[in-house]
Amino acid sequence: METNEKEFKPFNVDIWKYDGHAGALIPLLQSAQDTYGYVSERAIDYISHVTGVPPAEIYGVVTFYAQFRTKPLGEKVIKVCNGTACHVNGVKEIANTLTDELGINYEETTEDGKFSMVSVACLGCCSLAPVVMVSNETFGRLTPQKTRKLVRDLKRK
Amino acid sequence: MAIKTVMVGLATCGISAGGEKVYEAFQKELQEGADFVLRETGCVGMCYREVLVSISNGAQESYLYGEVTPDRVKRIVAEHVQNDKPIDEWLVSGADREVGFFDKQVRIVLRNCGVIDPSSLQEYLQSGGYKAVERVIKEMTPEQVIKEVQISGLRGRGGGGFPTGKKWELTRASVSDKKYIICNADEGDPGAFMDRSVLEGDPHSVLEGMMIAGFAIGADEAYIYCRAEYPKAVARLRLAISQAKKQGLLGDNIFGSSFNFNIKVKEGAGAFVCGEETALIASIEGRRGMPRFRPPFPAQQGLWGKPTNINNVETFANIPWIILNGGAAYAAYGTDDSKGTKVFAMAGKVKRTGLVEVPMGMSINDIIFKICGGIVNDKKFKAVQMGGPSGGCIPASLGETLIDYQQINKTGAIMGSGGMVVMDETTCMVDVAKFFLAFTQAESCGKCTFCRIGTKRMLEILERITEGKGKEEDLVTLDKLGEQIKIASLCGLGQTAPNPVLSTLRYFRDEYEAHIRQKKCPAHVCSPLLTYTIDQEKCNGCMLCPRSCPTDAIIGEKKLPHKILQDLCIQCGKCFTVCNQDAVIKD
Repeated sequence: METNEKEFKPFNVDIWKYDGHAGALIPLLQSAQDTYGYVSERAIDYISHVTGVPPAEIYGVVTFYAQFRTKPLGEKVIKVCNGTACHVNGVKEIANTLTDELGINYEETTEDGKFSMVSVACLGCCSLAPVVMVSNETFGRLTPQKTRKLVRDLKRK
Repeated sequence: MAIKTVMVGLATCGISAGGEKVYEAFQKELQEGADFVLRETGCVGMCYREVLVSISNGAQESYLYGEVTPDRVKRIVAEHVQNDKPIDEWLVSGADREVGFFDKQVRIVLRNCGVIDPSSLQEYLQSGGYKAVERVIKEMTPEQVIKEVQISGLRGRGGGGFPTGKKWELTRASVSDKKYIICNADEGDPGAFMDRSVLEGDPHSVLEGMMIAGFAIGADEAYIYCRAEYPKAVARLRLAISQAKKQGLLGDNIFGSSFNFNIKVKEGAGAFVCGEETALIASIEGRRGMPRFRPPFPAQQGLWGKPTNINNVETFANIPWIILNGGAAYAAYGTDDSKGTKVFAMAGKVKRTGLVEVPMGMSINDIIFKICGGIVNDKKFKAVQMGGPSGGCIPASLGETLIDYQQINKTGAIMGSGGMVVMDETTCMVDVAKFFLAFTQAESCGKCTFCRIGTKRMLEILERITEGKGKEEDLVTLDKLGEQIKIASLCGLGQTAPNPVLSTLRYFRDEYEAHIRQKKCPAHVCSPLLTYTIDQEKCNGCMLCPRSCPTDAIIGEKKLPHKILQDLCIQCGKCFTVCNQDAVIKD
C-alpha cells in the first residue's frame, strides 16, 4: 500500500486553495485517485497535511463512497453493470463467463495484474443491457459467447 | 441544393452502440470532398435503434436513419447527401414499424434532445434558449416567477413529488445573506437514465432553469451534483457553463441587471443515498453522505447552513418552457393531481427501449404497447417496475393505471424518477425483489438500525427462499420487518427500501409460495431450484457440455446423447449456456 517517497508526485491541490471550503475534500481525493489509480495511505496523509482534516476523517470519507479504492487495480478494469435492466437481461451469466475466462470474481485482480473485475450499480446504458465497461469503452447486448470473445480480444491486446 | 446537415447521436447510448466510429466515417467522407455540415447531438430517445443519424436540409425536411454502421456511411453520403435520394430501407421513419413512437409523446423536457448540438450555445439560443431567463430578469418579479411555477402544478421530478413552486416559496421566505441552488444530478436509481440524457443532450436548459430558480429565491450561487459515472454529462455541463460565462449569461450583472449567478459542478463519488437532500449537502461539504434529521429543512438550513433549494435535473429542464409558455399551458397537460409531462426511461423486456416523454394521465399499457411496441419476442407482459429500489412492481392486471402520482402510489409503487423496467414471464419476481433489496442493503449508510440491520435480515430471508430453503413463516416475517423498516428509518432510502418486497408480496405471493412449498421457480431463474436434463432426441453428442461441467456430472460418449447425473449436478447452468442444439432443458 505504501507509495515510494521518491515516486510520490503531489496531485492537483489547487482545487483546495481555490475553493477554500472543506468541500474540496472529495475533489482532492478524486484527483489523488486519478493520479495513482487508488487512494494510498500516503495520499491520505498528504491531503490531511494540506487541509488540516484528520486522516481518520478522510479515511471515513474514502470508505464511504464506492468510487474510492484503497488498493491498486489491474491494468484493465472490467466494470460489470448490475443495474436493474442488466439484471433482468441476464448479466449474471455474463459475470460467470468473465469469472470462467479470467479466474477472478468481483473485486478481484488477476495474478498477473492485467485484469480487475468490479461490479457497478448502473452505467446508464439500460437500453443496451447487459453491459460491461472496459476503460471507458462500453460493450452492450452481450451474450456469453460475445463475452468470451471480448475477453480473448482484450488478452491479446 | 441546400447544404445538408448530418447529425450523429452521441449521447452515452449512441457512443456505446458505436456512434463515434460512425462520426469518424462521416468525417472521412468530408475530408474526401463531400459537402455537408457534420454535427453531434444528444439522445432522441430511440436507444433501441442506435446509432441514429439525422440528415436535414433546412428546417422542414429531416430524415432519421437507425442502426447506422460505419459501412453504411459511404452509401448514405453518396445517395442521400449528394444526390437527394434518401435510402428508404435504412430510414427509421420510412417503414411503418415506428408508428406511434413519437406521435403520442409530448416533448417539453426533451424538446431539444437529439435536435440541437448540445456543445453549441448558438443552437440553444436559436431554439429560444435563455429567452425565459431574460424575460424573468427584465419583466418579472421573483413573486411572479414563483406564482407561474405554482400555476403550472410542476412537482419535483426526482421522486419525491413535492410541489416545486411551494419549495421555491419556502426558500424565498427564508431570510439570509446567502442562499444556494443545487441541481440534483445524482441519478442513482438503477434503470433510470433520463437525467443523463437531458444533461448530455441539452445542458443549457438545466442551467437556464437553475438561473430562473436563483432569481426567484434570491440565490447567486449554485452547484450541480452529478454522478461521477456520467463522464460525458459532466464534460458537457462544464463546457456549457464556460460558454454561458463567456457570453455573459452567467456571472455578474446578467442582462444588465443586478442579478449575479454562478454555477459549479461537483462530481459525486458513488453513493446512492446522496440522492437524499441532506446527504447530498453533506457530500458537497466534503463529508460522508449521511442524511440528517429534518427539520430544519434545506429551505431553512442547507448547504453551509444557508437556505438551499434543491431540485432535480428534469424539474429544472421544465422551467424555461413554463416561463415562456405560461404555467397554465403546462397545467393543461395531465390530470387533476399531476400536471405536465414526465420522462420515462424504458428498459428491460420491452421492444423499444429508450426515453419517452408523455403527458401525465396516459396509461401504463399505452406507454408499453402503443409507444414502445410491446414485449420482446411477444412474450407475456408480467409486470413493470417503477421507482427503482424505492418503488414497486405493478402487475399486468393493473396496466390500465394512469401515470399520476396518486394512482401509482395506490398500487404500492411510486412515480419515482422515471425508470420503467418491463418484465415478462421469464422474470422471477422473488429474484427481482432480492435484487433491489441487495442494492439498498449495500447502499444503506448505516445510520438507522432498522435500515442497516432490517434490510440485511430481509435479504437473508429472500436468499434462503431463492435457494429453496424458505419456510412458511418467512412471508409473515418479511411483511412485518418491511413495515418496521418503513416506520423506523430516517430518510427516504430506508423508508422505501422494503417497497420492492412488499409490492411483489402483494401481487405475486403465489410465486413466493411456489419457491417455498414446491421448491420451484416458475420463471426458471433461481438456479438452485432448477433441474437440468438433456433432451435425448436433440443432443448430438458434441461433448461441449461434459467439458464445461465443473463437477463432471455429465456422462456420455462422443456422438451419442449425453446424460446429467442429478446427484452430482450443482445447477450452475453452464451446460445450458454452452449447448448450441437447445438440448439442455431447464425446469
